[in-house]
Amino acid sequence: MSSRKKAGGRPLLSPRLRALALVLPLLLFILATFVAPLAEMFRRSVHDPLVADALPETVAALRGWDQLSPPGDAAYEALARELQEVRAENRARVGQVGRRLNRVESGMATLVATTARELAAAPGASAREKLIGIDAEWGTVDKWFAIQSAGQRFTTRYYLNALDLDRRPGQGVVRQEENRRIYLLLLSRTLWVSLGITALCLLLGYPVAHLISHARPERQNLLLALVLVPFWTSLLVRTTSWIVLLQNEGLVNDMLVGFGLIADDGRLALVYNMIGTFVAMTHVLLPFMVLPLYSVMRSIPAVHMKAAASLGASPFRAFWRVYWPQTLSGVGAGGLLVFILAIGFYITPALVGGASGELISNKIAQHMQTSPLNRELASALGVLLLAGVGALYVVYDRLVGVDKMKLG
Amino acid sequence: MSASSHGRAGRIVHVAFCTGVFVFLIAPILVMMPLSFNAEPYFTFTDGMLRLDPEAYSLRWYREIVGNEAWTRGFVNSMVIGIAATLLATALGTLAALGLSSRAMPARRLVTSVLISPLVTPVIISATGMFLFYGRVLPDLFGLNLVQTHLGLILAHTALGTPFVVVTVTATLSGFDANLTRAAASLGAAPWRVFWKVQLPLIAPGVISGALFAFATSFEEVVVVLFMAGVDQRTIPLQMWSGIREQISPAILAVATFLITFAVLLLLTVEWLRRRGAARATA
Repeated sequence: MSSRKKAGGRPLLSPRLRALALVLPLLLFILATFVAPLAEMFRRSVHDPLVADALPETVAALRGWDQLSPPGDAAYEALARELQEVRAENRARVGQVGRRLNRVESGMATLVATTARELAAAPGASAREKLIGIDAEWGTVDKWFAIQSAGQRFTTRYYLNALDLDRRPGQGVVRQEENRRIYLLLLSRTLWVSLGITALCLLLGYPVAHLISHARPERQNLLLALVLVPFWTSLLVRTTSWIVLLQNEGLVNDMLVGFGLIADDGRLALVYNMIGTFVAMTHVLLPFMVLPLYSVMRSIPAVHMKAAASLGASPFRAFWRVYWPQTLSGVGAGGLLVFILAIGFYITPALVGGASGELISNKIAQHMQTSPLNRELASALGVLLLAGVGALYVVYDRLVGVDKMKLG
Repeated sequence: MSASSHGRAGRIVHVAFCTGVFVFLIAPILVMMPLSFNAEPYFTFTDGMLRLDPEAYSLRWYREIVGNEAWTRGFVNSMVIGIAATLLATALGTLAALGLSSRAMPARRLVTSVLISPLVTPVIISATGMFLFYGRVLPDLFGLNLVQTHLGLILAHTALGTPFVVVTVTATLSGFDANLTRAAASLGAAPWRVFWKVQLPLIAPGVISGALFAFATSFEEVVVVLFMAGVDQRTIPLQMWSGIREQISPAILAVATFLITFAVLLLLTVEWLRRRGAARATA
């Protein structure tokens, strides 16, 4: 390095440092505006200090508790004192603590709110009598378990919940009650829908890419435009147009009625369900399959197929043994890209999917934005989704190289 | 389905199938345009429209958008955020691409995949992380809340747009003859002068394409905006989003037609630039 610097004759930065200096501004920018937010999302998914901060002594008193019978007097005293302190300091915080506990054990939000309100005037000699006097639930193991569990600063609870699992007192990790199992279904639905859409895109995209790449040059541009115009058109616009086309009074149903294929009162439900999600997502993602395939197919010389045919191969055999293997890199690149994009899709399923066409991203948005908020669970789901995408991204990088990503 | 050797019947099936796929791709986009001129508040062709009766067509929905303050303010916000994010993304991305294409760049593969990662990360995840970080961590650490600010959206959209600039400029640089910069340097030009007079004009098509990609990304992005925008930051896509979710009105189709026209113009520009770049590379 140093010898090269001397050879230049000027005290310039070494090429290595120069390259680094050019990349550094963007690298720092991305770390600060993009990677740090992802790290924060991860922290939120495992670090939840709200209850531990609000009720530190109660949580301490529950350390080492056997979870078999209600805890000792120390826990009751600490809880009674700390609930009153929290309420005196900031009433809204009682609600926050209650909602956190409610995630572990339903009914806790009301129980905590009532208890905090009535504690000051509650009759009874000991804290235990006062609490149980306000609500007999304080004499049960489950309510104390909720405080112990939610009192952990670092927790795997949200990941367990994201996989429809839960910890119960004395039982360890068990599956959620039947009516609370939703995430595994959504995760597997997201995977299956993405796989299905990838397959459909390949099925529709392969012949199209083939036609374009072997068309005469002047026609090639026109056909390519038919793929590129949707590619450049906003996702929102394309999703809107599917609503317009597929809704009950939409063009597709109108045409089907017009041709007498269905009765006017038997219009098909094509949108706000899984059909809507499937059709619109395939439309949005198809160009991402066609373009990599096209760029691979364009480089395959036509003489290969002619040679195979002249050697006596049937068209199918020539295709299968000569053409298809040469397009596998394009199939891999397009397929991975479509799949990666599909499993994170949010806008299209949110607008045309209805309840049955909902994917995992929609649940993340719901926990982030609508009451009851559960941003920790949203973060855990986000981390799981990100891990899946990240693994595929590494595969894509190995297979295609992220720096060779083609745009347009 | 195979190439040149398949029979006539096979060829007809192939072309028919592809025609179907092309119709599937383009029809939903084309259909929006005439419907946006519908004189009636319907999302389907009225009898009058099918008879090409001029009375059945009107500019009603266009007038509605232009006269509606929510849409015009959305347009201004989209432009302000989009242009600022594009300038920032283009500057940062071009510099980084210059560094990345240097053979001396250490850990190039790792750095590239970090810089490209916003492109493959699902937007819902980026939006979640950004909302939590910009709205909680930054205020706690620096007293700076970026949620519900223009600056926050500009920074977020810059992060989402830079990968496009990096990819397109890197691609242009890969066909770049390094001897040109060496020649300029050996003739005594200062590094910035080499960049400004020799390198930049040659990579300009890639830089502009990247900038257009970055702008398009910001201009159509809705998820981050949905999470981070306040009343004052509402953009056109957010306005559309709420329009679709609440009561969908044909005014949406007029906006959509505007956005389609915009997309076609972008596409034509990028294609023109690419051809220019390709012509130069072979010249």
